[in-house]
Amino acid sequence: MVKKGRIVAFFLIVALLAGLVSTTAMDNAREIKLGLDLQGGFEVLYEVHPAHEGDVIDEEVLKSTVTALNQRINVIGVSEPNVAIEGENRIRVQLAGVEDQQTARELLSTEAQLTFRDVDDNLKLDGADLREGGASVTFDEANRPEVAVTLKDANLFAEVTREVLGSQLVIWLDYEDGDSFMEERLKPEAEQKFISAPSVSEVLNTRNVRITGNFTLAEAQFLADVLNAGALPVSLEEVYSNSVGAALGEKAMERTIYAGFIGIALIFLYMLVYYRFMGIIAVVTLSFYIYLVLVIFNLMNAVLTLPGIAALILGVGMAVDANIITYERIKDELRSGKTTMSAFKAGSRRSLSTILDANITTILAASVLFYFGTMAVQGFAVMLIVSILTSFLTAVYGSRLLLGLWVNSRILNKKPRLFGVKESEISEL
Amino acid sequence: MNFNYGETKIDFVKHRKKFFIFSGILAIVGMILLSTIGLNLGIDFESGTKVELLGEEGLTADIVYTEFAEIGLEPDDVLLAGDRNEMAYASFIGVLNQEEMLTVQRHFDTSFGAEPNISTVTPTIGRELARNAFFSVIFASIGIIIYVTIRFELIYGLAAIVALLHDAFFIITVFSITQMEVNLPFIAAVLTIVGYSINDTIVTFDRIRENLKYEKKVKSFEDLARVVNKSLIQTLARSINTVLTVVFAAGALLLFGGEAIRTFSFALLVGLVAGTYSSLFIAAQLWLVWKSKSLQKKRFKTAENEA
Repeated sequence: MVKKGRIVAFFLIVALLAGLVSTTAMDNAREIKLGLDLQGGFEVLYEVHPAHEGDVIDEEVLKSTVTALNQRINVIGVSEPNVAIEGENRIRVQLAGVEDQQTARELLSTEAQLTFRDVDDNLKLDGADLREGGASVTFDEANRPEVAVTLKDANLFAEVTREVLGSQLVIWLDYEDGDSFMEERLKPEAEQKFISAPSVSEVLNTRNVRITGNFTLAEAQFLADVLNAGALPVSLEEVYSNSVGAALGEKAMERTIYAGFIGIALIFLYMLVYYRFMGIIAVVTLSFYIYLVLVIFNLMNAVLTLPGIAALILGVGMAVDANIITYERIKDELRSGKTTMSAFKAGSRRSLSTILDANITTILAASVLFYFGTMAVQGFAVMLIVSILTSFLTAVYGSRLLLGLWVNSRILNKKPRLFGVKESEISEL
Repeated sequence: MNFNYGETKIDFVKHRKKFFIFSGILAIVGMILLSTIGLNLGIDFESGTKVELLGEEGLTADIVYTEFAEIGLEPDDVLLAGDRNEMAYASFIGVLNQEEMLTVQRHFDTSFGAEPNISTVTPTIGRELARNAFFSVIFASIGIIIYVTIRFELIYGLAAIVALLHDAFFIITVFSITQMEVNLPFIAAVLTIVGYSINDTIVTFDRIRENLKYEKKVKSFEDLARVVNKSLIQTLARSINTVLTVVFAAGALLLFGGEAIRTFSFALLVGLVAGTYSSLFIAAQLWLVWKSKSLQKKRFKTAENEA
């Protein structure tokens, strides 16, 4: 007696899954955040040094640096920036999909310490005296761009201009110890490190200060932007950088996905040829597995990188392995003369502990990778762990459910060939 | 391809000494190669700058040198890549400063029509990466030994680790011979193989453990050898099928996956072959040798007690 209900249930489940996958797969694929190796962008690892001698770099300073960097990135307008503290004195910045890498990079590493000094380099005013967000681009009478900044206190500027009356007020961006106005002013204008050195002929009692410095419009905008984003409390040194052109990134992604499709198609073909009927179940569960991994990956807000795609494809291999272990067990049981139903039961049960031990050890290795690895390796490890956990769900329980429906319908009874077992191999009990 | 252990008579155990000698020789060759020619470390582990260019088909090293000369730079090495030589890697020993990098990006953006990839590494970072990878493998090994000891027995864990280190070292040896560039994805591949190798070995051990339970009395080396042979033959179909499917995936990545993951997929492929070999011929055989020694000791002790 064949129980047709179970076979109908199988086709219902498969149709349901197919419907779910075909309607939501594309949206999900589009939502996945791509790493900078896949869509272009750049990554810089900065080593953080004290801006002034004697400053201490502690967690507090690192955190405020990260905040300042994030504010600057907002100026560039990158949607998914990643700024992270690494170790005791490093900060890693990843900007994927940034259009103008050059400007972005300059914007990030400028300390943006605006200082006003006298001709003997004595500090008169610095960034702390500026009102936050008070910088903007304005134009002088000749329509040349200049940068207007707002001071916190008008009296302060009056005091400073009184002190340097008759002399010059030198405006510096990122003054470093040892810089000297007397030396710099002898250089040709393009090489001078200070922005400008206006002569002061009267006491100015105002909060609004305009900096004229032969800017192009873009330079003036840049200066206004970094001043608004806030000065960095530290100086940053690039110790590692990696920039990927958009075209190269796209090319790498296209080729990897293409290769992945070929690899997965070969695996499906092999499973169908070798395991016959059970192969069909494997193809169904594996397809759903790939879909599920991408959905989970999306939910985790993780970033897909090249090593991540490689891990996904490897994960397919691991999921296949779980299927193979179970199917080989079922075949063993069939060969020993058991009926289809009891072979299925015994095979599923006995393969579980093998799959469990094998997968846990792999997860163990992947976790260590995640803990000790750098960004790229971590992306790989996360994907591997997600893949293994998901494969457990689909390849163990999914396969068992789907195959179980067929087996328990009794339609497969006494048809060992459908499982890839020859009648001649079956020994009598 | 059905391995019915009733008919199939493959004696894995008989040839174990040959496998040990073969792997031993490989390990020695590997050590000699590593201490003489060493590895071709990419800039991920050295310091320097690598510029990856995407241009028209049929690039030549001369074109690349001329382009760099226009902006006043001279690469220390230029390598062509891609199916139709449309890509080139130019490397510099020192680290280019930010300004030089921007010039390079602007220049090739206009002359080649695609912004190049540039990566720079300072010596400290390179060394740290290599050290981290090394410690990852060590810590992973310790974790695995602990887990396997709890679930199985210490001897299984030790044999599995020897097989794992064998595989990792085998990949490194092959990369020393071929002098392919060792980069960050290479490390990811070695670590993947560590995971795969342990996975493969555990499946075999699991069957040995199970078959051992069915044996009423395991007294002699021959008893153990029979169990090992039987288990290996029983898991042979699974071992071969699994490695074949993963090889399909890694092979497709190698052939069609493009430059960016070529090193990764090649290392993966080499490691998969090594991993399957070591599970069948190294791990199980080592377990057999060590287990029979510990049985002998036990027997010796009971004999002493009885006397």
